[in-house]
Amino acid sequence: MSNSVGTVSAQRASFDTPLVFKSGAVLPRYELVYETYGTLNADKSNAILICHALSGHHHVAGYYANDTKNIGWWDNMIGPGKPIDTNKFFVIGLNNLGGCHGSTGPSSINPQTGKPYGASFPVITVEDWVESQARLADQLGVTRFAAVIGGSLGGMQAMQWSLSFPERVRHALAIASAPHLTAQNIAFNDVARSAILTDPDFHNGDFYQHGVVPTRGLRLARMLGHITYLSDDAMADKFGRELRTGKLNYNFDIEFQIESYLRYQGDKFAAYFDANTYLLMTKALDYFDPARELDGDLSRAFAAAKARFLVVSFTTDWRFSPDRSREIVHALLHNKCDVSYAEITSQHGHDSFLMQDEQYFAVMRNYMDRIAEEVR
Amino acid sequence: MNTSIIQARPDFAAIAAWIPQGSSVLDLGCGDGSLLRYLRETREVRGYGVEISDANIAACIANNVNVIQNDLESGLADFEADSFDFVILSQTLQATRHTEALMNEIVRVGREGIISFPNFGYWKNRLQVLLGNMPVSDELPYQWYDTPNVHLCTLDDFEILCAHLGIRILGRHVMAGGSDVIVMPNLLGSTAVYRFRRDS
Repeated sequence: MSNSVGTVSAQRASFDTPLVFKSGAVLPRYELVYETYGTLNADKSNAILICHALSGHHHVAGYYANDTKNIGWWDNMIGPGKPIDTNKFFVIGLNNLGGCHGSTGPSSINPQTGKPYGASFPVITVEDWVESQARLADQLGVTRFAAVIGGSLGGMQAMQWSLSFPERVRHALAIASAPHLTAQNIAFNDVARSAILTDPDFHNGDFYQHGVVPTRGLRLARMLGHITYLSDDAMADKFGRELRTGKLNYNFDIEFQIESYLRYQGDKFAAYFDANTYLLMTKALDYFDPARELDGDLSRAFAAAKARFLVVSFTTDWRFSPDRSREIVHALLHNKCDVSYAEITSQHGHDSFLMQDEQYFAVMRNYMDRIAEEVR
Repeated sequence: MNTSIIQARPDFAAIAAWIPQGSSVLDLGCGDGSLLRYLRETREVRGYGVEISDANIAACIANNVNVIQNDLESGLADFEADSFDFVILSQTLQATRHTEALMNEIVRVGREGIISFPNFGYWKNRLQVLLGNMPVSDELPYQWYDTPNVHLCTLDDFEILCAHLGIRILGRHVMAGGSDVIVMPNLLGSTAVYRFRRDS
């Protein structure tokens, strides 16, 4: 595996200072799991924070010694000699609070009750995540990030960093993201949540005690999500109207290849992802709207930002369309912030941000190389 | 690097001469960002480029120049009125389709506009047409069938358009072969740089 950061291992940070959520809820103590790649330089100026999207986690690059096939979700982007070059940067990936990959979340045991948090885990916002991430940065001795980078929901965190902690971010990279979700986008999330909430095995979020998992709901939620992450063209190219058995069977079994693919994706996801985490992540997406308390004026929201920005969108991404990225760019221009915007021609829809693409990677590499020169 | 850029693009020096230290600049069709980089290094300007080509977007970013990927033909809706000291369009006017609309956008977004373009009225161009062929030269290096240039004009033509659009010309710099042209510019100049603003 050339250009890989190689074997990595997850680490754990504990926090005893209560975190007050935007909702008013309080979490007295919590843990975050994270991984790091590369070396923090002497003046601690080369740290990069990678913020994950809905189903992501802290395992961003490399692989585990005891599970070499488990490769990080952004391994094509991060590693020695890759666009986010671990020879130059100290890269931190974490599992967000409320997640289901080791950080404190709904499936964790609440020390006060001895049972999983379940439905009692607070509804979390992007602002809350950024606050918790800042505390992780404090523990790691990083006062200012060279860059905070994220795609989709991760891009929202990168933007929020520039608003919550303007002095702590040199560069914010918002990829395939949006300044807020549209009604259509919230609608998709609502259908996904409804699938989970109405699953009889959901038990109002406390299914852990019943020894069941709302698999059917999670599966449907993921199937729906997956449709929206791909473009019409990409699906047509990959599956077309191809039949599994080559003929029509005139029944309701899985006949078209796309059905088979979606169910496979749904099953795979439902086997490991926590239903409550899915609900929390989609809510965080729905709630994100830095202009909400400013009469919807995004330009005013970005007035606080001091970072330099790279905004990237993908032509066939209809879930986080180029128009949404342009709104971000417009607000940044209004504030005379340094910003570059690249609109990548790609046929892979929203998923494009996770895929290798010559132009996308050239933009990322060139941008990151400039940052590397700044913090060298 | 600064000198080589100026040698390669004499219109850059003419443009830069009009731009005071610390100005804000929007460079439309900014290519690889060379002009903006030059202006930043020599004039400490802050600004942005607008480009459509993928390769140029990546090159601008490598040049540490802010660049927005956008099609000039769809207007400058991302930019607010009077948001820049200067809006520059260098050697691009002749390749724009909605030229009139773009001129109006330039004087809306910028307090001043600066445009450079090849003079179709240059005598060598006229001679080639007189001899029966479309002009091909250093400034117009294309054959008629592969040229991106759809709106070529002479200096006179450009000045008539400005008058028509209510645009006041503040300065003109005409060159040929790297030297300034003072006499009969519409005949003897191969490249022109104009500085103008909305006549209000």
